[in-house]
Amino acid sequence: MTSIEAQVLQPYKYGFVTDIEADVVPPGLSEDVIRLISAKKGEPAWMLEWRLKAYRNWLKMAEPHWSNVTYGPIDYQAISYYAAPKQRPALESLEQVDPKLLETFAKLGIPIEERKRLAGVAVDAVFDSVSVATTFRETLAKQGIIFCAISEAIREHPELVQQYLGSVVPYNDNFFAALNSAVFTDGSFAYIPKGVRCPLELSTYFRINASSTGQFERTLIIADAGSYVSYLEGCSAPVRDENQLHAAVVELVALDAATIKYSTIQNWYPGDEAGRGGIYNFVTKRGACRGQNSKISWTQVETGSAITWKYPGCILQGDNSIGEFYSVAVTNQRQQADTGTKMIHMGKNTRSTIVSKGISAGHGQNTYRGLVKILKGAEHARNYSQCDSMLIGDQCGAHTFPYIDVRNSTAIMEHEASTSKIGEDQIFYAKQRGLSAEDAVSMIVNGFCKEVFKELPMEFAVEAQRLLGISLEGSVG
Amino acid sequence: MTGNVLLQIENLHATVEGREVLRGVDLVVRTGEVHAIMGPNGSGKSTLAQVLGGHPAYTVTAGSIRYEGKDLLALKPEERAREGLFLAFQYPVAIRGITNAYFLRSAVNAIRKHRGEEELGPVEFMDALEEKLKLIGWDDSYLNRPVNDGFSGGEKKRNEILQLAVLEPKLAILDETDSGLDIDAVKTVAQTVEKLRRPDNATVLVTHYYRILTHIQPDIVHVLSAGRIVKSGGKELALELEERGYDWTREPAPVA
Ligand SMILES: Nc1ncnc2c1ncn2[C@@H]1O[C@H](COP(=O)(O)OP(=O)(O)OP(=O)(O)O)[C@@H](O)[C@H]1O
Ligand SMILES: [Mg+2]
Repeated sequence: MTSIEAQVLQPYKYGFVTDIEADVVPPGLSEDVIRLISAKKGEPAWMLEWRLKAYRNWLKMAEPHWSNVTYGPIDYQAISYYAAPKQRPALESLEQVDPKLLETFAKLGIPIEERKRLAGVAVDAVFDSVSVATTFRETLAKQGIIFCAISEAIREHPELVQQYLGSVVPYNDNFFAALNSAVFTDGSFAYIPKGVRCPLELSTYFRINASSTGQFERTLIIADAGSYVSYLEGCSAPVRDENQLHAAVVELVALDAATIKYSTIQNWYPGDEAGRGGIYNFVTKRGACRGQNSKISWTQVETGSAITWKYPGCILQGDNSIGEFYSVAVTNQRQQADTGTKMIHMGKNTRSTIVSKGISAGHGQNTYRGLVKILKGAEHARNYSQCDSMLIGDQCGAHTFPYIDVRNSTAIMEHEASTSKIGEDQIFYAKQRGLSAEDAVSMIVNGFCKEVFKELPMEFAVEAQRLLGISLEGSVG
Repeated sequence: MTGNVLLQIENLHATVEGREVLRGVDLVVRTGEVHAIMGPNGSGKSTLAQVLGGHPAYTVTAGSIRYEGKDLLALKPEERAREGLFLAFQYPVAIRGITNAYFLRSAVNAIRKHRGEEELGPVEFMDALEEKLKLIGWDDSYLNRPVNDGFSGGEKKRNEILQLAVLEPKLAILDETDSGLDIDAVKTVAQTVEKLRRPDNATVLVTHYYRILTHIQPDIVHVLSAGRIVKSGGKELALELEERGYDWTREPAPVA
C-alpha cells in the first residue's frame, strides 16, 4: 500500500514533438534580432520603433525576484526568439496548412479543419512564433468582428493596434512585459464593434514545439461600447529536459457597458517528478474597464508549467465597472505557482470579486498574491475576496499574501480564507465506501473548485475537470 | 445459527507504528449472526476493525483473514468495500467540498458498477434514499451538507448508520456506533441494525455498553483484551461485564 505522499511520474499527455522543418532565428537577443523579427512579420516602422524602445528599456531593468518561487538564472542570450514552421501557409486557405500542423492540433483536441471544427468556437492556432490558422473568420466578419493573428492586425488594422497596444500594459511595465514588447511574435487580436454580442467563443490555442525557444505571445482584445465577448486560451508544450520561457502579455480593453470574459486553461509542460524541465510561465495580463458599467472577468485554471508567475488584474476606471478573478492553480511534484490578481478601483461604485483556489500536492508550492487597491475617488467601492487552499499530502505548501490598500473610507471589503487538507484518513474513509483514491480525490478537488469551474464556458469546464484529474494523478496512494 | 462462514480470522497479529496491538485474534462469523466485541480501552478493538477495512497504517504481521472464502488481505480497501464489507468508524472523517448525497451516491454506484449493475442517476437515487432517511429519522437537510463537516458527534454516528442502511453490506463492523448517542438515538441505531438483519448478512458490533444489546440480540459476545479474544459467551456475558468490569477476564500476565 503506497502512502498518500507516494509520487509516481504522471504522464503528461501532450508531450509529443511535431517533426516539422522550422525557420529558427539563432539564439541571442540584440537590436538586430528585433529588426529581423519585425522584418519577418512585415511590420510597419512604428511597430519596430516601439519594439526597440521596449528593448532599450528592458536592458536597464532587472529580473524581478520578489515572488515566492525559486529557479536558476535564465540566460537570455541562449534563447531563440523566433521559430516558425517553414512554408508558412497563407492564412486565407486552410487547405494549404501543413497536414502535420493540422494533425498536431487535432491530437491536442483542437481540430482546425473546416469539417471537424468545434461548434460555436472560433480558434486561432498559434504554433511556436506564428499563427497557423484562424477559423470562422468569415462568420465573424459579417458582424464586423475582427479575430485574427496580432501580426496580421498590425498590418491590416494599424489604427486599432496603435491606439490600444501598450495602453493597458505599457512597454516598460515590468521586466517580462518589456521583454515581450521587444520580441513578441504572435498571439491573437480581437475587436468587437459597438453593440455586438460575439456569437462564438473566441479561442486561441498556443503550442510550443521547437526546443530552446521562448514563446512571447501578445494578445489584445478590445470590446467597444455595449459589446460582449467570451475568449478562451489553451496551451501545451512537449516534454523536454530544458526549461523554456513563456513570457506573454495580454491586454483587454472594455469600453462603456462592454463585457469581456477571458478564460485560460494553462497546461504547459510542468517538468518531471525531480523538477527537471518545464515551462517558466511569466505572464502579464491586465484589463482596463475604461467605460462606465463595463466588466472584465478573468477565469484561470492553471495546471501546468514548472513555475507560474501571473496576476491577471483589472483597472476599474469607469464608474460602476466590475472586475472578477476566478482561479484554480494546481501545483504537483516540484511545480511552483505564485499567482493572484490586482484589482485597482478608480471609478465610483466599482466592484470586484476574487475567488482563488490553490491546490498543492507532492512537493508543490502554491502562493496566492493579491492586491486590492481602492483609490481616493472610488466612492462606495466593494471587494469580496475568498482564498482557499487545499493540501494533498504533507510535503507541499500553500501561502497567501493578500495586500489591501484602501484610500476611501466608503469602501466595503470582505475577505475569507481557508485551508483544508486531504489526508490519508479521508482517502481511506472514501475507499472504505468503495471509491478509488483517484475518484475520491477528484470528487474532493472538484467540489473544492466548483465556484471557479462554473465560470468557465460549458465546453471547457469538462476539459478543466479532466485536466485537473490528470495533473493530480499519482498524488495519492 | 447455522449460516455459512462469512469471516474467519486466525491467529491475527498486527502492528501500528511498530507496536504489536493485535496478538493472535481468532474469530469466526457466520451469516445471520450478530457478534458483540467488548473490551477495555486500547485493547485493539478499533485496530481489528481498521485491519479488516485495510487501513494502510496497520500492518498484519501474522495470521490470516478469510472473507467469503477469499483471502481478504489480498484485496484493496475499496475492493473489500465493493465486496460488501462495511466499517462504521469510531471517528467518522469529515470531507469538505462533497455533499453527503453525492458521496453516498458515488459509494452506491461504485458498488453497483462492481456488481455489473447500472449506476443510479441523482433522481432515482433520491427516491431510494427517502425510505432510508425515514429509518434513521432524518430529513433531507443533512444530504446537502458536506460529509460530516460540522456534524455533532451523534450526527456523525447517525450518518454512519445512514450509509450502512443505504449500502446494505454483507458484513458490517460497527465500531462504537452507540457511543456519543442520546438514549433515543441508541434505540434508533439498534432498530436500524435489527431491520437490516438478514439470513445472508452479519454484524460485528464493537461496544462499551450493555444498553445497545438490550435492543439488538447478539448471538455471541467476545471480550478483546490486550490484543486477543480472551472470553466468548452469550448475551449474559455482557451483563456480567457490566456488573463486574473486565479485570476478571484478563489473562494472567505472561512471564517475561
Ligand atoms: N494509528 C495509530 N497510531 C498509533 N497508535 C495507534 C494507532 N491506532 C491504534 N493505536 C494504539 O493501539 C492501541 C489499540 O488501539 P485501539 O484504537 O485499537 O483500541 P480500542 O480497543 O479501540 O480502544 P477504545 O475502546 O478506546 O476505542 C492503543 O494503544 C492505541 O494507542
Ligand atoms: Mg476503539
